[in-house]
Amino acid sequence: MKIAVCIKRVPDMDVRFKIGSDNASIDETGLKFDINDFDAWAVEAALQLKEKNAGSDVTVISLGPDVVQETIRKALSMGADKGVQLKADRVPFDGLTIAKALSEELKAGAYDLILFGKMSPDSSNGAVGPMTAELLGFPCVTAISSLEITNGKGTAKRELEGAQEFVEFSLPAVLTVDEGLNAARYPSLKGIMAAKKKPLEVKPAQISNPQVRVRKLELPPERKAGRIVGEGAAAVPELVQLLQTEAKVL
Amino acid sequence: MANVFAFVESRAGEVRKVGLEAVTAARQLADKLGAGEVHALILGPPGIAEKARQLGQYGADLVIAVEHAALTNYSPEVATATAAERIKSGGYRAAIFSTTAQGRDLAPRVAARLGVSVVTDVLSFDVEGDLLVVRHPMNIGKVIATLEISGSPAVIAMRPNVISPAQNPKAGRVETAQPAIDPESARVKVTETRQGGGGKLDLAEAPVIVAGGRGLKAKENFKLVEDLASAFGNAAVGATRAVTDDGWRPHSDQIGQTGRLVSPELYVAVGISGAVQHLAGMRTSKTIVAINKDKDAPIFKVADYGIVGDVFEVVPALTEAVREARKHH
Ligand SMILES: Cc1cc2nc3c(=O)[nH]c(=O)nc-3n(C[C@H](O)[C@H](O)[C@H](O)COP(=O)(O)OP(=O)(O)OC[C@H]3O[C@@H](n4cnc5c(N)ncnc54)[C@H](O)[C@@H]3O)c2cc1C
Ligand SMILES: Nc1ncnc2c1ncn2[C@@H]1O[C@H](COP(=O)(O)O)[C@@H](O)[C@H]1O
Repeated sequence: MKIAVCIKRVPDMDVRFKIGSDNASIDETGLKFDINDFDAWAVEAALQLKEKNAGSDVTVISLGPDVVQETIRKALSMGADKGVQLKADRVPFDGLTIAKALSEELKAGAYDLILFGKMSPDSSNGAVGPMTAELLGFPCVTAISSLEITNGKGTAKRELEGAQEFVEFSLPAVLTVDEGLNAARYPSLKGIMAAKKKPLEVKPAQISNPQVRVRKLELPPERKAGRIVGEGAAAVPELVQLLQTEAKVL
Repeated sequence: MANVFAFVESRAGEVRKVGLEAVTAARQLADKLGAGEVHALILGPPGIAEKARQLGQYGADLVIAVEHAALTNYSPEVATATAAERIKSGGYRAAIFSTTAQGRDLAPRVAARLGVSVVTDVLSFDVEGDLLVVRHPMNIGKVIATLEISGSPAVIAMRPNVISPAQNPKAGRVETAQPAIDPESARVKVTETRQGGGGKLDLAEAPVIVAGGRGLKAKENFKLVEDLASAFGNAAVGATRAVTDDGWRPHSDQIGQTGRLVSPELYVAVGISGAVQHLAGMRTSKTIVAINKDKDAPIFKVADYGIVGDVFEVVPALTEAVREARKHH
């Protein structure tokens, strides 16, 4: 199988973000970056399919400035075969712009399967995977948490709000990966050494005019300080009282 | 004058509440644009047209109902083709979807087919000349972006529960239509939609969510959470990743950065520490209650009301008190 995985370099979210001086970007000073978790699970899914299907190969693609090469190398050290950087000064917010650039690269690749993460935590938009599928005219299943492929047919499971969907699809296909599909492997020392010698091609990204622009970023208002109503079951009557009279939710 | 399109989700042959919200949002936007019409599209099994008649109450001038026996389950390709064709031929200024598992699947596909962009998880919107200006959380909700959408139609998906369905009766003329492609020809088929558990409320819709964490200690103790949810009568059950990882609850119940994003009227966190990834999914809830035995648990920093105590003592007492309170209503 020929598999492509689109991966994004994203900041670690466990920090207090600062807004940059233009008020429309994040101040990146001191932030740690790594592959998007969903994308790491997508890479893992590709590697597991490769291990099951002799003669497969896995290409990882990332659009962005040269720092994304570090993210591509990580996927290569997990076991992907080659990397492609679609070079751009910065990653635009507009998912359509990214999807167009990725589909330009993907359409010539004759891939059986193209994998994405369900969503990137920075844009929190979840658009690039299904948009790319449409631009390529491929069948697409989003947010899968199980996957089985046999004889050119696939089945997958999707988590809805309090329900699950079971899906059948034909290949070639685009899939976006949710949590629960697998646990991503850590690169081994041997993998890290091998990755240094794997091909990483750099090409200019075809960036079209974005239709969505960031005007302003703000930190959300802090939730107003709450209060501890009391301790143990003795506090229950007062809580219920507050829910009725103050919060008016009961 | 500009018309606005709303996509109304159905599940198991019923109109979802998020669909009423989409119509309400479309009505608000059409009014901002100046007396435009709202056209609502719904797909479902035979009978859905009759169920969709109520959309007129929420501001739909026209309801387009596509009934087909193969549309009991969601069909991504039929929905994409039908919505995209309708939006194109209708010349709408904007198209509104819901930020649910289904809406997240559908809205980007429809937008790409129309050659325009999409913004999901929209908190609010405004019209400024040729721009639609929307607010959208980024970085797991730690940053709020104001975005300008210049394409037309502007395709957006609203976050559930930020707009309450509001009565605003319009003609609500119901027109039936055919799916734009034969459902049998679809390359992606949903073969089954399995509900999480006996008649449980939908996490995207429930006005109250009772969520449990590792503080419950064992799978069987989730009964405490379920009992409290049923005492409220209008509550869905949620969980943390610690709980779904251990298989106490299905992953579809997980709330947080990598699970569902919810903003109910009331969120009750039972034995949940309040890790940043969990807060990412629920911090926009209107009222938050936390029950935790550790007074320093981070959940208390976002909770409006907290009780420091043992869930095995506090939750049964709360369940009883909620049941009593609702009896006298
Ligand atoms: C990439 C990534 C993504 C993640 N995504 C998610 C996500 O989407 N959703 C999510 O929830 N988590 C997510 N997590 C996990 C998250 O970091 C936490 O580990 C998880 O939320 C903790 O769940 P918990 O609060 O149930 O458990 P714990 O953190 O173990 O907290 C249990 C709490 O129960 C209290 N307690 C114990 N016994 C009692 C008792 N008898 N009575 C009262 N209180 C008691 C304790 O004081 C403690 O505060 C993610 C983590 C990573 C790294
Ligand atoms: N700059 C990028 N380069 C490669 N893949 C990307 C990029 N941005 C987004 N993606 C892919 O699209 C998915 C969804 O991203 P998003 O639409 O931003 O939430 C990610 O999980 C990646 O798989």
